[in-house]
Amino acid sequence: MSYQDPHAIQSILHRAKTIAIVGLSPNELRASHFVGYYLKRHGYRVIPVNPREESILGERSYASLAEIPEPVDVVDIFRAPNAVPEIAREAVAAKAGALWLQYGVISPEGAEIAASGGLDVVMDRCMKVEHARYLGRMHWLGFHTGEITSGRVHG
Amino acid sequence: MSEREWGFETRQVHSGQRPDPYTGARAQPIFQTASYVFEDAESAAAYFNLQEYGNTYARIMNPTTAAFEERVAALEGGVGAVAFASGLAAQAATLFTLLEPGDHVVAQAALYGGTITQLKHLQRKFGFEVTFVDGDSVDAWRAGVRDNTKALFGETIGNPGGNVLDLAAVAEVAHEAGAPLIVDNTFATPYLCRPAEFGADIVVHSATKFIGGHGTSIGGVVVDCGSFDFANGRFPIVTAPSPAYHGLEFIETYGVYGYLMKLRAESLRDLGACMSPFNAFLFLQGLETLSLRMERHVTNAKTVATWLEQHPAVSRVRYAGLESSPYRALAERYLPKGAGSIFAADLAGGRDAARQFVEKLQIWSHLANVGDAKSLVIHPGSTTHRQLSDEELTGAGIEPGTVRLSVGIETADDLIWDLEQALS
Repeated sequence: MSYQDPHAIQSILHRAKTIAIVGLSPNELRASHFVGYYLKRHGYRVIPVNPREESILGERSYASLAEIPEPVDVVDIFRAPNAVPEIAREAVAAKAGALWLQYGVISPEGAEIAASGGLDVVMDRCMKVEHARYLGRMHWLGFHTGEITSGRVHG
Repeated sequence: MSEREWGFETRQVHSGQRPDPYTGARAQPIFQTASYVFEDAESAAAYFNLQEYGNTYARIMNPTTAAFEERVAALEGGVGAVAFASGLAAQAATLFTLLEPGDHVVAQAALYGGTITQLKHLQRKFGFEVTFVDGDSVDAWRAGVRDNTKALFGETIGNPGGNVLDLAAVAEVAHEAGAPLIVDNTFATPYLCRPAEFGADIVVHSATKFIGGHGTSIGGVVVDCGSFDFANGRFPIVTAPSPAYHGLEFIETYGVYGYLMKLRAESLRDLGACMSPFNAFLFLQGLETLSLRMERHVTNAKTVATWLEQHPAVSRVRYAGLESSPYRALAERYLPKGAGSIFAADLAGGRDAARQFVEKLQIWSHLANVGDAKSLVIHPGSTTHRQLSDEELTGAGIEPGTVRLSVGIETADDLIWDLEQALS
């Protein structure tokens, strides 16, 4: 499994309302902060998971997934690959809808744990980039979205 | 929403352009605007910080130009593209983004004369070092590599010798050296060859040629094939926190799109050689018929080259599409649909014969361009390559009687009629 299926990716992006970002950095120059900022800007509820911080992006930060007191649709991970299996188990326990592993966060074991637990899984893809590809404005900067449409869509 | 892999001809008509969401216009609107109104201050900040894909200023991005960029990227099989005011601007920006003073480039000797001149200029003024090697020899490419080599640069089809680059072999040399292979694919176009499929990492084009096909506009474009790992430790100039962007790390933040973001947000911004939206519109019109034109170009080229080869006033025809070409095997591998339509013929009568020939032609235009729908001819020794020394001229495969032909899409019999009367 490559865990990069375009249908699965689009389905997750359309369904999701709440995204827990594990490893979200308070440093606004880090990739995780870019992604968190972007997703919040595009209407998702972003919940930081970072035990070292009180709040990030104006949202309360939790030490672990288990502490989040509300349902989570997507668990988006910015952590070293060896941390993923444990987080995947927590995501299954928290009944999250999907596990999303960012660029370079490659953990076949973690993906398998989440998939076996009934979660949709995306691996080695950026949630911001995929949102921008299918729902956003990535085409404004000359990137190849792969999208072709003859219909009228809202910009 | 489809997972379908769209065909080349579908992509050349559709990719990058969607019906305008505001007006419903089916054709690509020309957004002839210098600037864009921000929704609010927060959005403006997000655009300038590159946290959101947004339009700020047309030197850096424009929706018409973006449609062109995405279409070229879709045709080349890249992750994205950035358009420039010319092919040479595209090349300069590609290297400007990749290199720092003291870095080294290996390039083939048989390059477009303007590219050789540019590389020598950059060498002198920016402190890059360039080693020119025999592009036909993989060993020569390998021998040219040094510890500080940061790029290999070649052309799919050389100008005007018709050399075909052994893309896969040279890509291997580049990757062994931890450097990207940059390929100028202008003469092949993505219809005849997609260098990314053979290991090239960055593809550059002069859009002025076949991409437009109409000879109305100057433009260039850079495609990142998404294959090169700029975070391999050899490219701090690409990966390190950018002092020009508040310490932003382009590769860490944008992953496979990082080089293109840096190319746009820094190099296009700072060098300023942006493509005009009107030219982007014209190039989009050209791309819609790219495959159809190229089919006709290569058919006509084969016919003309075959006819010239048997003419007594012609001592040699250097077209990779001919059985006699030393590049025939490489052309069959890399250019199975045809070896382009630009090639050189050496006139037996030398310099004087070449001059008389170009002056007698009635359909073929004597000018400095290639890849037009119209047939073109030039005498490189007295025009495009005149700034090269005799030694460099020979290195680039040019004789005093060499004429370069760019075969158009006219009636082939008329083209041959004209050549016959001009050679007599």
